[in-house]
Amino acid sequence: MKKLQVLWLTALSCNGNTHSFLNYPYLEQFFENFEFIYHPSIDSKYSLTEIVSQNIACDILLIEGSISPDIQKADVPIIDIINKYSKIVSKIITVGTCSSFGGIFRQSEYKNVTGLHFDQRTPIDKFKNIKEKTITISGCPVHPETLANTMYAIKNALNIRVDEFLRPKDYFAYTIHNGCTRNEYFEYKVDNHEFGEHEGCMFYDHGCQAPYTHGSCNKILWNEVNSKTRVGHPCMGCTEPDFPKHNLFTTKKNMGIPQVLPLGVPKRTYLTLAGITKAFTIDRLEKKLLDD
Amino acid sequence: MLFYINRSIIRYTLKIGKLLSEKKQAKKELIIQCSLELFASKGFYNTTIPDIAKALKMSVGNMYNYFKSKDVLAKEIIKFISIYLGEKLQKINEEDISTKEKTGKIVQMYFKIAMIKPEMIDYFLRIYLSNREVFQNGCEGMICVNEFVTEIMIYFEEGVKAGDLRDQDFFSAFGLFMGYLGGMVFLKGENILPKELDDYVEDITENIYKALSV
Repeated sequence: MKKLQVLWLTALSCNGNTHSFLNYPYLEQFFENFEFIYHPSIDSKYSLTEIVSQNIACDILLIEGSISPDIQKADVPIIDIINKYSKIVSKIITVGTCSSFGGIFRQSEYKNVTGLHFDQRTPIDKFKNIKEKTITISGCPVHPETLANTMYAIKNALNIRVDEFLRPKDYFAYTIHNGCTRNEYFEYKVDNHEFGEHEGCMFYDHGCQAPYTHGSCNKILWNEVNSKTRVGHPCMGCTEPDFPKHNLFTTKKNMGIPQVLPLGVPKRTYLTLAGITKAFTIDRLEKKLLDD
Repeated sequence: MLFYINRSIIRYTLKIGKLLSEKKQAKKELIIQCSLELFASKGFYNTTIPDIAKALKMSVGNMYNYFKSKDVLAKEIIKFISIYLGEKLQKINEEDISTKEKTGKIVQMYFKIAMIKPEMIDYFLRIYLSNREVFQNGCEGMICVNEFVTEIMIYFEEGVKAGDLRDQDFFSAFGLFMGYLGGMVFLKGENILPKELDDYVEDITENIYKALSV
């Protein structure tokens, strides 16, 4: 079977996406289909010095980490390496929120820190000639299955439909709220939540951003087991261009109304529904699920 | 040919249906208005469905075609008032004016309705808020005044967002605003106020805004 050749390039990064990818449950099968010409943590054919000094044949360029003109790899500016390999490959994936939108390193001392095509929500032109080749898989860190499945889609020459931030719609047309096991608590406006417990919706008081964050965390579980909201931790909106925000464990409210409402829900509609559900107490949802 | 005849029959039937339902709605509103006036003059418990039918020159049987019982009528009336006030508040909320100007317009609107439709505010204060047992089934919490409360919430929320109003518990602010206005209308209804409600708009606006602002 012909393996696609892949270059994993790390820019300004904590390597969180590298670590996340190592949790992909089907790595053995993955390596029957893909081969890294270079990866920072996995044995690969070439050294970084060889990568930056030569033009190695390659199919997919994966970029991890925020882009800044100050960053060099093996003494070569990262921007030059991206420019060189983006001409060689047929597809580019920005892996994680940093390489997609700038991420947390926008707050570092490095200058002009951005994603490849976006500075948070604002499109940037620096690499506009390679925009058509690029797919965004945002997340802090990237979801390993979303990354791997997208690479398989590339290998199988499937048509990948993307949103305005180049994210595959198959994974990012949904919100994280989709598939959340706490939906009943959301519907009946029961927060009643303690961190780490099964009961309660975290949208109302505990900062959960799932109803307005794009992604599939509650449909494709992490390590095939769990998600933040299932385990009792609010969604932090890590796939969105403006990640990270502040006060991630508190819902910002104005006179009792959440400042950010579920995606696409008009304020009057939300308040009307909230008014109705608040009028009732559902005893079952006020109690612990597992205790007698 | 048959197809076109059938389509025109359907269109005609739908049109008639719409006209009939509009007519029924108009009649319902007439009953609500008459009931409000009777409740205000005779009291809620002293007014019966036959009294309302008599005032409207309708048969009692026909009245029940519109409202199955006095309790149903009572709930429909409060919903009607909520929608009426909610629509007026929504217009103010959608105006491109400052929070203080909105505050003034809400006070003015509320007092104006208290003057031209005193029976409406009277119902809200003296019947809806004072006879909760009538509204137990179907009007739990704020369900039947949802439109009105939603717009008040939006006024508060937008005021906080604009940096004009202090962020606080909704009911603390709601009680201050609506309790104050309701109190003034109540005093007017008891003929205790020496001046017309209109004369208090400016001072009351100032007081409410000062109390709620940052």
